[in-house]
Amino acid sequence: MAFSLDTVIYMDNNATTRIAPEVLDAMMPYLSDYYGNPSSMHTFGGQVGEAVTQARQSVADLLGADPGEIVFTSCGTESDSTAIFSALRTYPEKNHVVTTRVEHPAVKNLCDNLETLTGRKYHISRLPVAEDGTLDIERYKECLTDETAIVSVMWANNETGVLFPVEEMAKIAKERGILFHTDAVQAVGKIPINLKDSTIDMLSLSGHKLHAPKGIGVLYVRKGTPFVPFLNGGHQEKGRRGGTENVASIIGLGKACELAAAMMDEENTRVRALRDKLEKGLLSSVPKAILNGHPEKRLPNTANISFEYVEGEAILLMMNQHNICASSGSACTSGSLEPSHVLRAMGVPFTAAHGSIRFSLSVYNTEEEVDFILEKMPPIIARLRELSPFWEED
Amino acid sequence: MWEYTDKVQEHFTNPKNVGEIKNASGTGNVGSIACGDALRLTIQVDENDIITDAKFKTFGCASAIASSSMLTEMLKGMKLEDAKNLTNDDIAQALGGLPKEKMHCSVMGREALEAAIADYTGVMLPMAQGEVVCECFGVTDLEIIRAIKENSLASVEEITNFTKAGGGCGKCEGRLAALLVESTDKQSSPATAQKKKKRMTALEKIKKIEEVIEREIKPTLKKDDGDIQLIDVDGDFVTVSLRGTCAGCYSSQTTLKEYVEKKLREQVLDTLIVEEDK
Repeated sequence: MAFSLDTVIYMDNNATTRIAPEVLDAMMPYLSDYYGNPSSMHTFGGQVGEAVTQARQSVADLLGADPGEIVFTSCGTESDSTAIFSALRTYPEKNHVVTTRVEHPAVKNLCDNLETLTGRKYHISRLPVAEDGTLDIERYKECLTDETAIVSVMWANNETGVLFPVEEMAKIAKERGILFHTDAVQAVGKIPINLKDSTIDMLSLSGHKLHAPKGIGVLYVRKGTPFVPFLNGGHQEKGRRGGTENVASIIGLGKACELAAAMMDEENTRVRALRDKLEKGLLSSVPKAILNGHPEKRLPNTANISFEYVEGEAILLMMNQHNICASSGSACTSGSLEPSHVLRAMGVPFTAAHGSIRFSLSVYNTEEEVDFILEKMPPIIARLRELSPFWEED
Repeated sequence: MWEYTDKVQEHFTNPKNVGEIKNASGTGNVGSIACGDALRLTIQVDENDIITDAKFKTFGCASAIASSSMLTEMLKGMKLEDAKNLTNDDIAQALGGLPKEKMHCSVMGREALEAAIADYTGVMLPMAQGEVVCECFGVTDLEIIRAIKENSLASVEEITNFTKAGGGCGKCEGRLAALLVESTDKQSSPATAQKKKKRMTALEKIKKIEEVIEREIKPTLKKDDGDIQLIDVDGDFVTVSLRGTCAGCYSSQTTLKEYVEKKLREQVLDTLIVEEDK
């Protein structure tokens, strides 16, 4: 079954997003006519370098940063690895890392495997979360030691959309002289960010989460932050990341950041209203449906709802029959036979964790789509519950 | 996304024989909600030992639902004797195959059938008597050995695909590899496998950690006016809090790693990681 753009109802924007048509238009010349190398001495290459400079400015503007603080990478994962390894190499005498139990695998698996990757033993503090997915700041403060090399805490959770108070946490780290990194892959473009007002040292973002193409990321490195490159090589990115620039994607990301800045209000008003309508509608029309995550401290686009006593993959496949795209934290979709580590860290019971569905919206979603989902979901859940040995009609 | 055959899609979209037979001759309940899939199979057997009806209720993914539906279709009209010989592969074949990661769904169907037959005949299931190897999903060595032999499994990954064993925390992987060697070696039998040293359960592990802390670690720390308390054990991660002079001591990290962790590794499990709860 092939889905076309016209018929699909795409509510999986935390997984990846559609490339904005304006972004694609901006990129195209750099995939055809303007193929020069930005590092070249001739004008043919140099004009490409100017376009990259412009894109860097656009990214910096969205973040409230200085263009010199923007390092282009290949993806969010590379940015995360670069940040954490940079801190560990900067402070070889320190052996402690603070993170959370609900990080994206890009940070979580890196921290879990630090000993194998570095040949050194690290002490990792993984901050627990409350039932609503929020962090306890007091516990965080107590966790910091003189041995702490870096704190890496996500800005917004990819599964629940729950926001962490990273600006406040960065401030506390700063007072202790500890580097602070945030994986802001889900936050950038969805909530206003102004790094000038914060003390966050490093921040990761990923292009394809905000309507730019896949394969482009950014690591923001605050001016004056000690930095050791992850990829060594040419003098690109002022020696902070070797490798010829992914020019077209950089141009695309620049455009995407301009669009995100222009649509920030819409994201936080219209998209939020759509999300709220979808969420309230599902919670009221489907019995035993539970919202996962704090109702307010959340991204405007994400709704994570558990339908008790049914399994997520089965729900997704039934939704798929109506061309509705979303994702699930169930074991069968995680590929690991165990349900999402985020929901487990929140203490979501197994009866609900396996039946969790994440809807993540974008500015391209419409009210008609929300209405369509609200019409289709209750019978899907009811049908699967008829099949479930655990479901007893009250 | 999984690649499901048309048959799987069909049995998922329009499952047959959904429900429960009232006053069934035999009922088989396998799996659990924690595992992510579960199946309740009810069968009706007549005086000639023929299965006249079969119904199912399944919590699980598309392939679990399709396997259950297909199983009930196959069972209806089948002689009990023949049903006893039905394998997970028969179910998977009837569906035109399952993705390899989903073979455990067909295994669940077969196990439910065995449980239902055992319920009807009153003969206890041999598989349940084995020793639990995978704690996460409660899979016994006998179940694993049978899956290896019947399906000619050749790797730990395949064992996980068929039985789910090893698909949780992954700590039983070593044991699974050993079972693989034992089962493929004709000389050995399940009986010899059972003689092997029993694996520690999570409960035993916690008890042992507590014991070592109380018996050895606490007294040593107390000599320096320190104290220690066990807060939590999560897999290999042991969270403790240091009290007394240990708490503010600049060398508490050293104490934790060089002494506490070393002791626990020596005496309980060599993969333990001790962390401080502050």
